[in-house]
Amino acid sequence: MTANLNLWLIPVLPLAGTAINGFLGKKSSRTAVSAVGLFFSGAAFLWALKVAWQASSIDLPYQEFLAHWIRSGAFSVDFAFYLDQLSLIMLLVVTGVGFLIHIYSVGYMWEDPSYYRFFTYLNLFMFFMLTLILANNYLQMFIGWEGVGLVSYLLVGFWFTKDSAASAGKKAFIVNRIGDFGFLIALFLIIQHFGSLNFTQVFDRVHPLAPETAGAGLLTAIALLLMVGAAGKSAQIPLYVWLPDAMEGPTPVSALIHAATMVTAGVYMVSRSHVIFERAPVALTVVAIIGTLTALFAATIGIVQTDIKKVLAYSTISQLGYMFMACGVGAFSAGIFHLMTHAFFKGLLFLAAGSVIHAVGGEQDMRKMGGLKSYIPWTFMTMGIATLAISGIPPFAGFWSKDEILWKAFSSEHGSWIYWLIGLITAFITSFYMFRLLFMTFWGDYRGAQGDDHGHDSHGSSHGHDGHGHGEPHESPMVMLVPLMILALLSVVGGLVGIGDRFDHFLSPVFGTGIAEAAGEAASKATEYILMGISVLVAVLGLLLAYFLYVSRPHLPQRIAASLNGFYETVLHKYYVDEIYAALFVKPLIEGSTQILWQGIDRKVIDDTINNAADGAKHVSDEVRHMQSGNLRSYAGWIAAGAACVIAWMLWLGMGLGAGK
Amino acid sequence: MVPLSYYLVLSGILFACGVAGFLIKRNIITIFMSIELMLNGVNLSFVAFAAHWHALAGQVFVFFVMVVAAAEAAVGLAIIIAVYRTRETLNVDQVNLLKL
Repeated sequence: MTANLNLWLIPVLPLAGTAINGFLGKKSSRTAVSAVGLFFSGAAFLWALKVAWQASSIDLPYQEFLAHWIRSGAFSVDFAFYLDQLSLIMLLVVTGVGFLIHIYSVGYMWEDPSYYRFFTYLNLFMFFMLTLILANNYLQMFIGWEGVGLVSYLLVGFWFTKDSAASAGKKAFIVNRIGDFGFLIALFLIIQHFGSLNFTQVFDRVHPLAPETAGAGLLTAIALLLMVGAAGKSAQIPLYVWLPDAMEGPTPVSALIHAATMVTAGVYMVSRSHVIFERAPVALTVVAIIGTLTALFAATIGIVQTDIKKVLAYSTISQLGYMFMACGVGAFSAGIFHLMTHAFFKGLLFLAAGSVIHAVGGEQDMRKMGGLKSYIPWTFMTMGIATLAISGIPPFAGFWSKDEILWKAFSSEHGSWIYWLIGLITAFITSFYMFRLLFMTFWGDYRGAQGDDHGHDSHGSSHGHDGHGHGEPHESPMVMLVPLMILALLSVVGGLVGIGDRFDHFLSPVFGTGIAEAAGEAASKATEYILMGISVLVAVLGLLLAYFLYVSRPHLPQRIAASLNGFYETVLHKYYVDEIYAALFVKPLIEGSTQILWQGIDRKVIDDTINNAADGAKHVSDEVRHMQSGNLRSYAGWIAAGAACVIAWMLWLGMGLGAGK
Repeated sequence: MVPLSYYLVLSGILFACGVAGFLIKRNIITIFMSIELMLNGVNLSFVAFAAHWHALAGQVFVFFVMVVAAAEAAVGLAIIIAVYRTRETLNVDQVNLLKL
């Protein structure tokens, strides 16, 4: 209570790292840059650990006031920090996984010419993400929200000389902007109706309101608009399209921003606003439906991708779908649980994929990999663990959290067996495509080119792994492997905290104890175990099917693909969603801008007004300048004539006045 | 006693002659003389009014005009000589170097 946790240090430390590396990094050595980058992110992690240690002995939520920001009548916003069980978990996940990825990046990015820039951005990302998590009001959260979007743009387009990377960055930024628009409107509604953006105040004022069961009202509107924002940031239907393209960024970025932390900000925001969502059943249903559909939809696309990072990208979208499904059925703690385990195993998957890419010299196409398990055993083992975890094989972390979500989707009062069924199908597909990835990459014979030819140089030249000729795949350096091992360990044991609803209980001060306790009867316990068994069975089936198709009969998948030609093509082209968006939104926008705004308004109205005014002045002057003949006597004539006119006028005036009198 | 209006009419005629000469003539010395004519036309009306109203201000003013006219004649004639030396003409229409 009275203890001062100095929460402000946690975001400010990485910011200091950004400043040092940003201003001095260009001239410093790589060692110095890495030291600064690692020190400040590591210090943030250590401070977060200290805070977690202290937090157990004080009353949560803990608030820390830093400075006044906006004072406008009754409305005010402060720079202040808020710590409760929810932000504590996020804090540890972000700083912990973030620090590991910082370490990994030292190895992965070592030969990149813009090494210092990378670490500047990474530290900046940590600053904004921690601001987002620790904010005590929506506006400060929004700063972090926009900030991570900015850094995401910078890092997706890190290799900006490559056209596809630059446009992927722009796409990520613009699609996120659509979501942010919804978020902003929601904030305006909150200000208008609750007069504050402070979490505590808003939720206190929302709390007495009755759930809007009868119909959609204010809370539903706010919740839906918040969901629009969350869908943008967390890559849900219909705004998920930026995430697969964002894989153009360096792999540690994909791991940190586009798997473990930033994309989960939407889930965090929805969970943080659970008071609003719980009183808006319609919005909850929408969240659940969006989550469920996204989970299934992205998983099906994941089956046919051949780029190792694209598979993981769609898998991330799908897993985020699970989290929203959990939020949508009111099981926020299950969503956060999955968020945490997902950060472990998906961060690990991306880092391991980066290690694979590193090993084969920048190649990302799984069709050109294969047989790598003897070349890079450590990467293989850690990635195998992560695959088991994401597929939901016990006792790995993903099993506990995913099963929790499926059970809640089935049993919660907002849930339904349909969510459960789709979730189960998705679990099967997830298991299938993840083992497909594993088998294509590590089993069979190495299909990559030997010697100097590394296939397409997607970023070979950029991050410099091409510099030394790869005779054959080689294991990554220790600095990359250690984070893999730590994350692998977490992927194994990370789920155990959820046994016996302990995770639920930990978060219950935040989310309340509604749904979790209601389903505690013996009969439903039995149901829970049956469902658990089914989901494990399904995961194993996915594994076996993948083994059968990609190890036992490696030629079968092509035949199946050929026999399903039309459907296969559709899925391969990601259901043509990008094309549909291009036709529906992008093209009309470009056409409208070109024809109406540019050719019509800008050129015809604005430019022409100015040009015509100038032309008119020029023509009038052309005529008038003849008066200035340079002939002195003509000027004198004008003066005399003018004087005569003045005299005549005065005479006339005098006579008029005289007549008037 | 000659009525005031006679002086004024004569003054007007002198001034008009000056203006007409200024406008019509091309020789720069003639133009200069026309200016003097206009000044003296005005001087005449000044003294006429002064006599009529028994006020000295008008007569004093005439002295000022004469002083200015003398100064002007000195400067003006110097300019005319300088112009003639460089241009070898006194025709104002040909002194047009500043024209566009």
